[in-house]
Amino acid sequence: MAVIDARQLKTRGLDTQTLTPPPSLSAQNLSLDPRLHDINFSVNAGQILGIIGPNGAGKSTLLHCLTGLLPHTGRSHLDDTDLTALSPRERARCMGLLPQQTNSVWPLSVHDVVSLGRLPWGDNDTTAIANAMRATGIETLATARIDRLSGGERARVWLARVLAGQPRILIADEPTASLDLYYQQVVMDCLRTYANAGHIVIIAIHDLALAAHYCDQLLLLQNGVSQASGTPADVLTESLLSQVFGVPVHVDLTAQPPVVSARFHRPVA
Amino acid sequence: MNPQDNRKHGAINPDTLAKERMTTWAIPASVLIMLATAALSLGIGSTPVDVLAGLGDWLTGAATPAALIIGDIRLPRTALALAVGAALGLSGAALQGLLRNPLADPGITGASQGAALGAATVFYFGLFPQLGEMAPAAAGLTGAGVALILMLWLAGSAQASTVILAGLAISTVTGAALAAVLNFAPNPYAMQELVFWLLGSVSERGLDHLVVLLPALLLGGLIIWRQRRLLVALTLGEQVAQSLGLNFARGSRQVVLGAALLVGASVAVAGNIGFVGLIVPHLVRPFVGYRPDRLLVPSALMGATLVCAADICVRLLPPGRELKLGVLTALIGAPLLFWLIWKERKQWL
Repeated sequence: MAVIDARQLKTRGLDTQTLTPPPSLSAQNLSLDPRLHDINFSVNAGQILGIIGPNGAGKSTLLHCLTGLLPHTGRSHLDDTDLTALSPRERARCMGLLPQQTNSVWPLSVHDVVSLGRLPWGDNDTTAIANAMRATGIETLATARIDRLSGGERARVWLARVLAGQPRILIADEPTASLDLYYQQVVMDCLRTYANAGHIVIIAIHDLALAAHYCDQLLLLQNGVSQASGTPADVLTESLLSQVFGVPVHVDLTAQPPVVSARFHRPVA
Repeated sequence: MNPQDNRKHGAINPDTLAKERMTTWAIPASVLIMLATAALSLGIGSTPVDVLAGLGDWLTGAATPAALIIGDIRLPRTALALAVGAALGLSGAALQGLLRNPLADPGITGASQGAALGAATVFYFGLFPQLGEMAPAAAGLTGAGVALILMLWLAGSAQASTVILAGLAISTVTGAALAAVLNFAPNPYAMQELVFWLLGSVSERGLDHLVVLLPALLLGGLIIWRQRRLLVALTLGEQVAQSLGLNFARGSRQVVLGAALLVGASVAVAGNIGFVGLIVPHLVRPFVGYRPDRLLVPSALMGATLVCAADICVRLLPPGRELKLGVLTALIGAPLLFWLIWKERKQWL
């Protein structure tokens, strides 16, 4: 299942001949009755794994199980490290979570929000914070108050907060939800760059066209059960999606950009 | 990363640099203001006294009138006002951070009502006679603790809105019980005394009251200080705090425990001094960049300053029937609450 594509090899400057296996995350039999049943996957450093499926399929539940926010059975390993056995703090150093909806109760400055990402490390690593702000393009906003930013700018700040913790595994729950086309691309590009730098990125995503373009692997969930997994070409088929989403779906992965959308029953008057 | 990023943001607000500087100076400045207020408090009273000479005499044990006035009357009163104010300011800052609600104050959680009920019960039913002077304070602490435990049990998962509702319920119950204690007070004088005590004051108290309050202040403060990372992480919600490796369930109980210690001890020693815990964090917040962790120490210092200043005002009022400190803080605090709600309302318009 763990496929390394040529683009990734190129960006990381590796030669296929001397390649040692990159660090990988594997999950076995993750279950949380009744929301999630026996989920298995493995994903390598440098890859983005997309979790797709209808509302209520268990995407967020799966991500929360992985980050240890929800009790669950089954194991997850990063290489040989059993993630489920780590202390919450060690786990937080290893994986960062970008929740579906973030809000700041107090009008902190952007810099203060981003520096929260260093909490698991107990330091105030200025380089990590500056790099995270540069990667998301918010350096000029450092001293601005978070409540005065637009939704798109805030989305970058939330992402920078996670990047500041330099997690080996970045988990994002619908990072593009409620963003306009421009910011969807900005956020997904950031995640792609982070993955290419040798990290593991796992996202739950509703926009299947974005998933087709950015993800290396997809895992399709329905009612807490894995329906399919593999490359976007394996998973994003008209018959499978039509069956899972309950609407006729049109798929054209050869188009630029890829098209995955519901076929409308009748034209709007 | 986006060379053609034509949606770049506006210029940086020039105020922000000044604000950064303010953050650095928040603690030293509030220490200075507090010390100045304390010095003023030692110097003000019905009889003009040389403060330094009085302090020197008191420390060396010389039995001069100045030593008596400074050492036995003004010093305990000033120190108590500072300690009570610090406890209230700190607990308010911690609870507002934990509940993520700018209108949370120790009274809203039911802690101060619980403390008042505990202390009042001791006053009139003579519980814990073996504890002597410590009895009202110990009962106040117990009362605050029981009220908070009941409140957290009722609130369950500690969702901010439920905590406030649960606190309201506990306040109502303890308020009713307090009314019952008043109802069954042994005689009218006893009832009058209890009511005056509940109104809140730091006068006519000795240094032994400070012995009750200081350990609670230090312990409660330490417990809350240890959870400062949780408080700042909670700015982005429980989920983020937990994903940052912080234990929300344990941490929030600790903050509540710390706040109960602070409020319980201060109400047990000085009665109800309202609005300090609610207002002080709001006054401090803009100076510390709104960070709940950086808010803690300046809130304690500012609380101490405000209560001490209010007590100076009480002493400056014409002699006769003393206006109780708790009444004065409520009279000053209520308009500030109006202003807060007004400001909050404007945000939504």
